[in-house]
Amino acid sequence: MAKILDKKIIRDPDVFYYKLSAPLISRKAKPGQFVIIRLHEKGERIPLSLAGINPEEGTISLIVMAVGKTTSEMSTLKAGDEIMDLCGPLGQPTHVERFGRVALVGGGFGVAPLYPIARAMKAAGNEVVMVMGARSADLLIYEKELSEVCDKVVVTTDDGSKGVKGNVITGLEKELDANKPALVLAIGPAPMMKAVCNATKPYGVKTVVSLNTIMIDGTGMCGCCRVPMTNGTKFACTDGPDFDGHEVQWDILMNRQKNYNPEERESFEAWKRRHAGAITEKAG
Amino acid sequence: MKPGPKKIIPHKTPMPEQDPAVRSGNFYEVMLGYTAELARKEASRCLNCKAPKCVEGCPVNVPIPRFISAIKEGDYAKALSIIKESNLLPAVCGRVCPQESQCEKMCTLAKKFEPVAIGRLERFAADSQLNEVGAMPEISSPTGKKVAVIGSGPAGLACAYDLAKLGHKVTIFEALHAPGGVLFYGIPEFRLPKKIVAREIENLKKTGVEIITNAVIGRLITMQEILADYDACFIGTGAGLPKFMGIEGENLNGVYSANEFLTRVNLMSAHSFPEFDTPIKRGERVAVIGGGNVAMDSARTALRLGAKKVSLVYRRSEEELPARKEEIHHAKEEGVQFEYCASPVRIVGKDGLVTSLECVRMDLCELDESGRRRPKPVPGSEFLIPADTVIMALGTSANPLVQKSTPGLSVNGRGYIMADPETGRTNIEGVFAGGDIVTGSATVISAMGAGRKAARAIHEYISRKNQGSVP
Repeated sequence: MAKILDKKIIRDPDVFYYKLSAPLISRKAKPGQFVIIRLHEKGERIPLSLAGINPEEGTISLIVMAVGKTTSEMSTLKAGDEIMDLCGPLGQPTHVERFGRVALVGGGFGVAPLYPIARAMKAAGNEVVMVMGARSADLLIYEKELSEVCDKVVVTTDDGSKGVKGNVITGLEKELDANKPALVLAIGPAPMMKAVCNATKPYGVKTVVSLNTIMIDGTGMCGCCRVPMTNGTKFACTDGPDFDGHEVQWDILMNRQKNYNPEERESFEAWKRRHAGAITEKAG
Repeated sequence: MKPGPKKIIPHKTPMPEQDPAVRSGNFYEVMLGYTAELARKEASRCLNCKAPKCVEGCPVNVPIPRFISAIKEGDYAKALSIIKESNLLPAVCGRVCPQESQCEKMCTLAKKFEPVAIGRLERFAADSQLNEVGAMPEISSPTGKKVAVIGSGPAGLACAYDLAKLGHKVTIFEALHAPGGVLFYGIPEFRLPKKIVAREIENLKKTGVEIITNAVIGRLITMQEILADYDACFIGTGAGLPKFMGIEGENLNGVYSANEFLTRVNLMSAHSFPEFDTPIKRGERVAVIGGGNVAMDSARTALRLGAKKVSLVYRRSEEELPARKEEIHHAKEEGVQFEYCASPVRIVGKDGLVTSLECVRMDLCELDESGRRRPKPVPGSEFLIPADTVIMALGTSANPLVQKSTPGLSVNGRGYIMADPETGRTNIEGVFAGGDIVTGSATVISAMGAGRKAARAIHEYISRKNQGSVP
C-alpha cells in the first residue's frame, strides 16, 4: 500500500500531480526510472515515469494524465487514499554526465519526467535547454518549474498562443541550427519522439528517447515491452526505458503500442458508464 | 483367518475429471481428486516394499509407503503429516510433479503393471485436510537470527519454511504483487487452483515468515544492504526470462511469450476482462511453439479463451515431448492439434498483425548430446499454419537482476548462479542459491528440494557464526 500524501490539478481537467509516500523507493530512484502501480485487486499494472524524487521526505511524485481507464480511475483518488501496489524503482536511470549542451524535448505531459532529468543534467554541469510544446498555451505544464532549472526554455504551441508557433520540432531545429547540442533527450508520444529523431539525424546529434511501452511485470519476465532496435530486440523494462532513438524501429514499436487500443477503449467506456462524471466531479 | 495372496490390480484407479468438451471452455480444475473410497482402493495397490524404490525416486524423499499405509488405515491427517516431514507443498506437488519420471517410475509395480498413483494419493492426503485447521508445525524457540529469502516461488517457500521451523526470522522479498512465483503466475488455474497456493502461503505465514511484495531486489534494496541487515540470504529468483527465436515477424502484434500469455491470465485474470482491467487477445487460431509443460499450459489456456483451433508446433516427434504425460493426454483430449517435426522459420503478418506461422519440416537424424534425435530441416518443405496468435514456449533463461547487482557473485556462461548442489552455497559468504536460478528451468519439486538443502546449510552456517561471535 502506498499512501497519496498530496494531489494537485496540474492542468484542468485531466493532468494530476500525486505525491506518494515511498521511503524505500525514494532512496534508490534516479531520474529516468519508473514505477509500476496497481490501483486495486482487479486493476492492471501500469508503468509511470517518476516526475519527482525526494529521499529526505521519503516521497516520490508522479504526473498522470487521465487518458484511459486506470489513469482516470486514479484521478478520482485524493490525498489520504491508498494505492494498492507500488513497485519500483524500475528500469535503468537516464545516463547523466557532463555532455556540454543538452537539449531536452518534451511533448504533452512527457514534460513532467524531464524535470528530474533537467535537474540532474544541470547538476552535472551541463547547459540545459528545454524545448516544450503543446497544442495551445492552456495545455502547457511545468513551464515555471522547468524555467527555474534550465538555462533556456523554448515554448512552442501549434496555434501560436504562446512562444514559437509550430511544434517542438520547429523549436528544436532552431536550436540545432543556432548552437548544436551534444545530446538531445526526448520524452513524449512516440510519433513526436520519432520526429525528433528524424530531425536530429542529419545533424549527427546523439538522441535518447524514453519509451513508454505496454508492460506487465517490469522486471524482464514477460517480454511484452519488446523494443525493436536495428541491432535486435530489447526490453524497455530492464534495458530501458531510455534508448538510442536513431536505432529504434519506430513503425513496429508504434504498432505494438496500439495493440490493445480496442480493449482499452472498451474498458474505459465500461468504467465511464459506471462512474459517469467521476473525473469532472473530483476535479471540480 | 489369514488373508490369501493379494491379487494385484494392474491399473491405477482412475481419478474423476471434468469432461474434455466441458472443461476446455472453463478454467476450473480438470482433475477432481479422489474420494476417500477411491483413495483407499488405490492405496491398497501399494506393496509396501521393504526397500522402497519410490522414495529414492522422489527429489525430497517423501516416505511414500508410510503415508500410503496411513491412507489405507483411513487416517488421512496422519498421511498428510508424514508427507509434510519432507514436503511442504503436497497439494501442489501432488498436482504438478512429473511423477512418471520420479517416484512412480521407480515403483515396483511399474515393472509389470501401472505404478501406484502416488501423486494422486499425495494430492488426496493434502486435499482431505483442506478445511481442517491442522496442527501447527513445531517451531524452535527464536534464535534471533535473520534470513532474507529472495523470490517466493517453490525454492524460496521451502527454504523459508524450514528456516522458520528452526526458529530463525525469515523475510521473503517478492518482486510481483502476489507471492508464489511460478505457482501463481505460471501454472494455470485449471491445473493448480490459486486457492491451493494461497492456502499454502497462509500456512507459511503462520510460522512467522514475513512476505514483502513489490520488492525488486537489485533495484529497491541492494544485495549489500541485505547482507548488512541479515545473517544470511537465499536467492531463489527462478529462471524467468522468456526466450524468443529471433525469427522474422516476432514483434508483430499477436506474438506472445508464454510468460506474457500465462501471466496475463494467471496473475492478472485477463480471462475475466473487462471485469479485471488487464486485456488479452482471444485468438481464433493459435499456434504454440514448444513441447514442454508451459507449451501445454499455453495451448490449453488459449482453448479456454475461445480459440477455434490450437496447433502445437514441436520440432521433434511425440516420443520426445518433454511435458508431463498427463498434460499431453489432456491437451489432446481437449482438442489441441499436435504438429510434430516442424520448426518455425518466420511469422507472417499483414497490417502489423500475425496472419500465419511459416514452418519447415524436420527430419530426425542421429542422436545429439542430450541423447535425443537431432532435428534437421528438410529443404523445400516449408508450409504455413494460419494463425492470429503465436505463443512462444521455448523455455526460459536466468533473470540477471539480482546477479547484476551483486558484485563478485559467480555465475556461469548462461547467467545462472554457481552454487554447490548439496548446500546451495555460492562464492560469497552468507549467500546461498537454489532452484531454477542455479539449474535452469526444472521442476517445482527439485526447486523445493534445493530450497530445503540450502535451509539446512544456512542453519549450520548461522549457528556456527553464532558460536564464533563474542557476545
